Amino acid sequence: MSEGKPTLLVIGAGIAGVTAALEAAETGAEVVLVEREPFIGGRVIRSYNYFPKMCPPTCGMEINTRRLERNPRVKVLTSSRVSAAEPNGKGWKVTVTTEPAFVNSRCTACGDCAAACTTEVADPFNLGLCKVKAIRLPHLNAWPKRFVFDRAAVGDDEAKAIAGACSYGAIDLEAKATTATFDVGAVIVATGWKPYPLDKLADLGGDLQDVIANVHLERLASPGGPTGGKILRPSNGEPPTRVAFVQCAGSRDVNHLPYCSGVCCLASLKQAQYVKDQYPAAEVTMYYIDRRTPGRNEDVLLKTSALEGVRLVKGKVGRIEQQNGSLKLHVEDVENEKVIEAEADLVVLATGMVPSAGDDDLALFTRKDADGFVLDDLGSAVTVAGVARRPEDVASSVRDATGAAARALVAAGRRA
Amino acid sequence: MDKLGVFLCTGCGIADAVDVDKVIEAANERKCAATLTHACLCAPEGLAAIRSTVAEQQLNGVLLAACSERAKAAEFSPLAGDNLVMFRTAIREHCTWSHEAGHEDTTMLAQDMVRMGLARLEGMKAFTRLQEAISDTVLVVGGGRTGLEAALAAAGLGHPVVLVELSDRLGGRLADQVSVAPEEPPYEAPQANPIPTLIDEVTAHDQIKVLTSTAIVAIDGQPGQFKVRLDGSSGLELTVGAIVQATGASPYDATRLGHLGYGASPDVVTSQELEKMLVAGRVACPSDGRTPQRVVFVQCAGSRDESHLRYCSSECCINTLRQVNELKRINPGISSAIIHKDLRAPGLMEHFYLATQKNTGVMITRGEVGGVEANGKLKVKLQHSLLGDDVALDADLVVLATGMVPRSADGERIRELIDCRHQAEHSESSQVRETSAKRAAELVSHEGTEILHLSYRQGPDLPTLRYGFPDSHFICFPYETRRTGVYAAGTVHAPMESVQAAEDGIGAAMKAVQCIEMAKRGEAVHPRAGDTSYPDFFLQRCTQCKRCTEECPFGTLNEDAKGTPQLNVLRCRRCGICMGACPERIISFPDYSVHMVAEMIKAMEVPEDFEEKPRILALMCENDAVPALEAAAANGATWNPWVRVIPIRCLGSTNIVWIAEALSKGIDGVILVGCKYGDDYQCHYVRGSELANTRLGNVGETLQRLALEPERIKVVELSHDEFDRVPKVLDDFAEELEAMGLNPLKGF
Repeated sequence: MSEGKPTLLVIGAGIAGVTAALEAAETGAEVVLVEREPFIGGRVIRSYNYFPKMCPPTCGMEINTRRLERNPRVKVLTSSRVSAAEPNGKGWKVTVTTEPAFVNSRCTACGDCAAACTTEVADPFNLGLCKVKAIRLPHLNAWPKRFVFDRAAVGDDEAKAIAGACSYGAIDLEAKATTATFDVGAVIVATGWKPYPLDKLADLGGDLQDVIANVHLERLASPGGPTGGKILRPSNGEPPTRVAFVQCAGSRDVNHLPYCSGVCCLASLKQAQYVKDQYPAAEVTMYYIDRRTPGRNEDVLLKTSALEGVRLVKGKVGRIEQQNGSLKLHVEDVENEKVIEAEADLVVLATGMVPSAGDDDLALFTRKDADGFVLDDLGSAVTVAGVARRPEDVASSVRDATGAAARALVAAGRRA
Repeated sequence: MDKLGVFLCTGCGIADAVDVDKVIEAANERKCAATLTHACLCAPEGLAAIRSTVAEQQLNGVLLAACSERAKAAEFSPLAGDNLVMFRTAIREHCTWSHEAGHEDTTMLAQDMVRMGLARLEGMKAFTRLQEAISDTVLVVGGGRTGLEAALAAAGLGHPVVLVELSDRLGGRLADQVSVAPEEPPYEAPQANPIPTLIDEVTAHDQIKVLTSTAIVAIDGQPGQFKVRLDGSSGLELTVGAIVQATGASPYDATRLGHLGYGASPDVVTSQELEKMLVAGRVACPSDGRTPQRVVFVQCAGSRDESHLRYCSSECCINTLRQVNELKRINPGISSAIIHKDLRAPGLMEHFYLATQKNTGVMITRGEVGGVEANGKLKVKLQHSLLGDDVALDADLVVLATGMVPRSADGERIRELIDCRHQAEHSESSQVRETSAKRAAELVSHEGTEILHLSYRQGPDLPTLRYGFPDSHFICFPYETRRTGVYAAGTVHAPMESVQAAEDGIGAAMKAVQCIEMAKRGEAVHPRAGDTSYPDFFLQRCTQCKRCTEECPFGTLNEDAKGTPQLNVLRCRRCGICMGACPERIISFPDYSVHMVAEMIKAMEVPEDFEEKPRILALMCENDAVPALEAAAANGATWNPWVRVIPIRCLGSTNIVWIAEALSKGIDGVILVGCKYGDDYQCHYVRGSELANTRLGNVGETLQRLALEPERIKVVELSHDEFDRVPKVLDDFAEELEAMGLNPLKGF
């Protein structure tokens, strides 16, 4: 490392952003890591298990959190976003806006405030599948370990009662948004993805209660999820007996996302294992165009397809409708050249990944492709990591993020 | 440390749950120099109170009896320093949040936690971080695209690079390709081969030294100080700081693909053989030189096949699409067809798939190839295809998309082979000679596969996972190999396309540079990144049992001729597995040792049997089991108050002495809670939990000698997210012990 240590900005603290920030900081760089949500972990922290090992993402995140806590070179700004960026000759001058800290760093996460709070809001950590207190720890392993307060949801009297319940002076009802500016040598864009919205998939029953997205099933299967880890039909809270996974729900489709989202086959094969683990007698059917399980992830395909009661059918689901208590699927069965009808009581749509940066218009997204993915621009000292760049799985995102940290340091070094 | 202070936080409900005076009494039993209670130690006022007490009383050790070390680290960590050690005991999570408020058992638990914390601190030592001479140079092994990119990245980061390549030229397999798959939007057409530009950049770079026709003779030493001997014309010896292994992959041996017609006709070729024609700009049937009218590509030739490679080779579908494009470009009259099991064009390669279909008119169909008939015209026989069952496609040229096999060597298997051969010849037992010879025969394929020639007791190369990929935690930490400072990248690392291999090379170069920088700062690398402590071996008492040298998952220890361990501290990951293995207890960290934990166990108060308060020791992995327990506490769960938890670095650091100490003291049972092991292990130190389980399997005899039930010791595997299960694990064990009755050794 050359002498003058560059400062890097990392946007997004999902697995790619956290990795890029840590790899750069452990190498010696100063890093500012900016995250929109009040906690780190992004999409992976909301998953129950990783494929192919079927292990919890919180396990690796625990190590990454310890790395962050031990490293004085990373400054983490949560509940924050980059509100402006302009080239400054050597790199970028960025402005970061942080939401009002109604709960500040004096918070001990003791929970006294939540006991005084009666208002409930839809739980963003659980993707709105359940309600939580307006003031709460965002989730059990949240880091920073600090409560968040959805101030707007609560009336003034209750807010005062909540603030009064805190013995540590951690609640500041007058808190204002703050901004800070940083001069950085290079930027790593790790803004990740959001699921393709169900409301654009009306043909596939996106508006029906028992039609859920793959990201929802991750929450349902998680011990920290809305059902305490039980996979249940949203309509009646009953265990499902026939579960259908519909692949390419919005992906590989000219009317929606023209690209393949890269991970959904593996996600569904993994989730079929969740279902079979909980309900060995359940019938599980997965409708697919191609089973894309590259590399050693082939093991997941082999394991799931060998399970009794699991069927993989090559076919495109065209329509799903409610039929009394269950769901009716119209499937084009390509193998046998006919249209078949099937029934299920829980349908999981394998919705794809939409790049989060797609709709954002920051000056530092200097290159974007037609799908909204951001591209490296080393000349402008911008590198991109993870799904901000292209659809990919966690292992690829981590590799990619490590490389992005190197590319950013090299780009910053050239300009310094 | 000898001047200790106890700082008991009374906030977060602690004072409501325990008798604070009694907890302070317990602290004073051990003659600490100062005690302080405060309603919020983590607030600026609390921190100031700690600092002033430390200064006034000239303390050199601080016990924080407050929240878990996983909370408020930013506030508390800066308290410790060169002359002040700190230990945190999680009264809040492990005691007051999770036990009945006001009950005497809850106060007794807090008292024990303070006693145990002080015992730990008494043993802790101040230390200075390592300061070693560290080489900045990165050695890159392999000059394909991955190695070239790694070399440029490391050099770009300001580090000198030596790139060694076995063959006489750079570029690797890719050098023989006419193009690569699209890497830039709109991802629709093949791109120019980047290899020539990369070679130019590398050879022109003044920080990169390229050595072709060069192999490694030996690598001695440790990260920061590897001594590398090379063959080749120079016979060069050099010192490097870290290594990137980018040795690539070989195409699967097509002579084993007779069932797909390879060998039956010269017109059945591999994708590499077709590529040569594409590079030459003329595609012809090898049998008679005629231009083929129809070329049929057969995917998964050797991949996704139980009899060959079980995995998918990842690049072949994309590579075939690229070849179809090139074929069309060279000779628009040739028609192509692709037979696949699934067309794998993941992510943005979907654009390439669609564009190829549109631009070339290639027929792409799913099917299993049942064989290739080669009587005159070639016939590709298809089963279960979309075209129907048992149909045949005519072809002039058949191209087998052969998979890739990593060019790796499994160092541990090589070592085992050498050991078995030695035993087969020299063992005194005929039975050992026989089983060793049998095992050696199984391992014979590893003979002569060495690449890195590491002079490590545990073998000359990176250990590999299933399928031969040198990895250890390939999801969360894909660069973690089991040899510190050596990073695999590219197609040796995992099956991947060339653009991914390029990126992987850059990532591995980053890790190599990072390892060097961390070594300079005296810090451990992953997973205890930033830890500046390191183990000390008191070798005068070593009995050369070799358990530590055999069990270290990271090959840290070599042996001298007598079997005494030789520590290579820069290879060490600080897991403490050696410490758990050592029967003589001679391995210690300044803040973690067999002695310190044994003293913690001794410090527990074990009530006499008439009090009917059993005691249970829980040794729990600090990375997974303890976080699960603390999440349970935060979620309002409770568990049995007889349990005393000691967080440990890794279950593998458990020394049997701790168990013996606990049981002989009258503690009723010991439970170890650690990570899952087996093929899909979750242990961050790879083998720790498995080793602990093996070691405990051997204590049955000791227990019998003490006339104790073996069920008083239990090992449980638990994942980080199982907060809902962990209280029950502890409660169930307490119930089992209750049924067994109290430990008869109580009071002796």
